[in-house]
Amino acid sequence: MQTDLIQEARRQAEICNACRYCEGYCSVFPALHRERAFSDGDITQLANLCHNCRGCYYACQYTAPHEFDLNLPRALAEVRQASWKDHAWPRGFAHLFDRSGVLMAGGLVLGFALIFALAQALRPDSGAGFYAYMSHGLMVTIFTPAFLLPLLAIAVSLRGYWRTVGGGPVRPGDIWGALRSAGRMKNLDGGHGDGCNFEDEDRFSQARRHFHQAVLYGFLLSFASTASGTVLHYAFGIEAPYGFFSLPKLLGVPGGLLLSVGCAGLAWLKLKADPELGAPAAWGGEMAFVLLLFAVAVSGLALYAATGTSAVAWLLPLHLGAVLTFFLLTPYSKMAHGFYRMAALTRDAAQNRAA
Amino acid sequence: MTAIPDSYDIAVIGGGNAALCAAITAAEAGARVLILETAPKPYRGGNSRHTRNFRCMHSGPLGPLVESYSEEEYFSDLMKVTGGKTDEHLARLAIRTSEDCLPWMEAHGVRFQPSLSGTLSLARTNAFFLGGGKGLVNAYYRTAEALGVEVLYEAAVTHLDLADDRIAQVTFTHAGEEKTVTPKSVVVASGGFQADTDWLARAWGPAARNFLIRGTPYNRGVVLSDLLDQGVEQVGDPTQCHAVAIDGRAPKFDGGIVTRLDCVPFSIVVNKEAQRFYDEGEDVWPKRYAIWGRLVAAQPDQVGYVIIDAKSLKLFMPSVFPPIEAATLPELAEKMGLPPDKLCATVDEFNAACGDPSGFHPTELDGVSTSGLTPPKTNWARPITEPPFYSYSLRTGVTFTYLGLKVDENAQCRIGDRPVTNLWAAGETMAGSILGQGYLAGFGMTIGTVFGRIAGKEAAAHAN
Ligand SMILES: Cc1cc2nc3c(=O)[nH]c(=O)nc-3n(C[C@H](O)[C@H](O)[C@H](O)COP(=O)(O)OP(=O)(O)OC[C@H]3O[C@@H](n4cnc5c(N)ncnc54)[C@H](O)[C@@H]3O)c2cc1C
Ligand code: SF4
Ligand code: SF4
Repeated sequence: MQTDLIQEARRQAEICNACRYCEGYCSVFPALHRERAFSDGDITQLANLCHNCRGCYYACQYTAPHEFDLNLPRALAEVRQASWKDHAWPRGFAHLFDRSGVLMAGGLVLGFALIFALAQALRPDSGAGFYAYMSHGLMVTIFTPAFLLPLLAIAVSLRGYWRTVGGGPVRPGDIWGALRSAGRMKNLDGGHGDGCNFEDEDRFSQARRHFHQAVLYGFLLSFASTASGTVLHYAFGIEAPYGFFSLPKLLGVPGGLLLSVGCAGLAWLKLKADPELGAPAAWGGEMAFVLLLFAVAVSGLALYAATGTSAVAWLLPLHLGAVLTFFLLTPYSKMAHGFYRMAALTRDAAQNRAA
Repeated sequence: MTAIPDSYDIAVIGGGNAALCAAITAAEAGARVLILETAPKPYRGGNSRHTRNFRCMHSGPLGPLVESYSEEEYFSDLMKVTGGKTDEHLARLAIRTSEDCLPWMEAHGVRFQPSLSGTLSLARTNAFFLGGGKGLVNAYYRTAEALGVEVLYEAAVTHLDLADDRIAQVTFTHAGEEKTVTPKSVVVASGGFQADTDWLARAWGPAARNFLIRGTPYNRGVVLSDLLDQGVEQVGDPTQCHAVAIDGRAPKFDGGIVTRLDCVPFSIVVNKEAQRFYDEGEDVWPKRYAIWGRLVAAQPDQVGYVIIDAKSLKLFMPSVFPPIEAATLPELAEKMGLPPDKLCATVDEFNAACGDPSGFHPTELDGVSTSGLTPPKTNWARPITEPPFYSYSLRTGVTFTYLGLKVDENAQCRIGDRPVTNLWAAGETMAGSILGQGYLAGFGMTIGTVFGRIAGKEAAAHAN
């Protein structure tokens, strides 16, 4: 870990610990106030607990030009970003984080081209819906490893994170606590329920929380849609294409809509928010990630809308290319934050229980 | 000199809590309000941006406040700290109105949080602002601007022109120019004069140049002295101020809450000659917090040194700068610039006077005291023996001054035996009308909120 980033966050955390005015905003401060001295692991945990709601920046009497120069959201964002690189697995892939914007663009193009070429070369003789363009077997061959390998990488990373922050045995109750917190985006409600500061300086609004929730639930619904399709296919022998009143579509269409709206909203907010209150170097990658997710959602919806038309021939590889890029880069892009955030919230729940 | 063309009903001088409460109240009554704040936007809000809570009467659970806190209890708490030097009528007015302030504050954007960790003793009496005073100030600026209040930053008021018994014109500098405005009513809410070191030195003597100012550098008493010079009635005297002992490494201005030190009860405190000078264990800390400012001010070079050992390090809230640490006392003395042999002698003498420490209890008056020592340490007296040893330097940190404008229950200023017909004052700049000396935690924001709202209401009624 870059010691100067940790050291800067520690310097600020020590000031906060003497002040405590922001205690009610989020989970970071109660966790911070439990300690007197902060190990590198403590700082890493605080950083991953921080949701960058910025409440503690706009309320701080010590921000620049004051000589104490507080900017806790940024200090924690920098450590957070660095901690993901630190725990990336395989180690050699850590630097991908720095280039995730470019990689996403490249991945999208390459993924499209690859799938398009394969689909052309191995075009099935029969099949309905998009299986007319690409066989089920080919999709499974590509996507099973593209899904499982990143998950493995994330799992290894999280084990490392757990060690760094000194986490003990994991209890289901703590995971439940983390799920509840993430599900409500508790840490983006400002403690008072008015929301967070993001797009308009110190004005509290629910915009970011609601758009982020749309992304979260949209993503989960889309994922559930795919999962239900898999179950229908293998367990019941019911194959795609599915009609509108089928589980995959009833989950997938609202999921895709939520995801599209959420991503567009988050991208818009990001343009209005002050980049100096995050990790500025990560801004491009984060934006690219949001746009990639947007592309996944919109191309998925478009694909459904285009059922039966010739546009499927290019929409299918576009959508699958985007999904492929998304999966493969999950451990090395902003997507990783979801996993680390769950780990940090679980760890926090355990510490709250012990306190 | 440019005259501001717009015709404002009210000019509010200052941009802290009292000013904002006045401006919001007046704007809600339909007045056109201009706020003149001398600070640039990042530093707007004066001392109010450093606060954390206000003291609030309540007859049952209210917002974040538990149980109840009656007018009588509140008033008697106040009498204890002021030694009776209190204007009972105005104090009771502030206390009674405080209960109504909390919902008003919430309705105007302020959010509260439960008593902060380490301040449980205040959970019943003081309501804490979420995000502290700057959070409160931000919310009020948003509310005021939504009501059409105009705010000029870096607008330093230099003169109020008193003609007969009204303020005819307000002069201020802004963007390098001298400007004037002629509102129908004026509210002064520009704080005390503690940031004017020359003025402090005139009142206190040269020692005051070594004082640190805990809050804003912008409260220099310019408007206060301008009005007093023109015969507006004064209250209090310039030697009265609220001062505490803070970390000697704190910045000259604006160090705020994080520079406080809570370790005195577990320590011995010496001056630069390594001599003790007061009973460090007189009472539980927050109660004695305010006398140490004066005690340190009376020592040579206005400095003190807290000495503790390893067993006490975790008994108090951490502060912004880590203590200086050393393996031995002579080494610690060296690092602090104290005479080593004298420090060792003082500590030896203290240790020898300590009795049985087994009754030690950090949060209660435990009666663990020294015997035969002058000055004694009457509680928490445990020998300083366990390395490493730690030290903090102490300086006097001034919170605010008491000299101010005398107001009546309408927050109106007076000249001779009659009111100034269009001048009101609120907050620190008139707090001396209520408190002659001493201070009760959280009462400053109560005074500002109560009298700010009164001033805003009266000023608007006059203008309409
Ligand atoms: C570190 C610290 C912590 C404190 N904590 C608490 C607490 O928790 N609770 C509590 O009740 N009290 C607390 N106090 C006291 C409290 O800050 C004051 O009682 C209160 O803020 C006074 O409010 P005010 O509006 O009168 O003055 P201020 O908030 O100081 O506002 C004065 C304003 O006037 C402006 N001004 C000054 N001169 C001019 C001029 N010539 N022209 C134009 N504008 C001018 C200043 O820039 C400033 O905006 C604390 C004080 C300090 C220093
Ligand atoms: S961010 Fe600023 S106001 Fe908030 S706890 Fe830290 S030092 Fe205090
Ligand atoms: S940015 Fe928000 S979540 Fe992060 S520490 Fe500050 S208040 Fe907490």
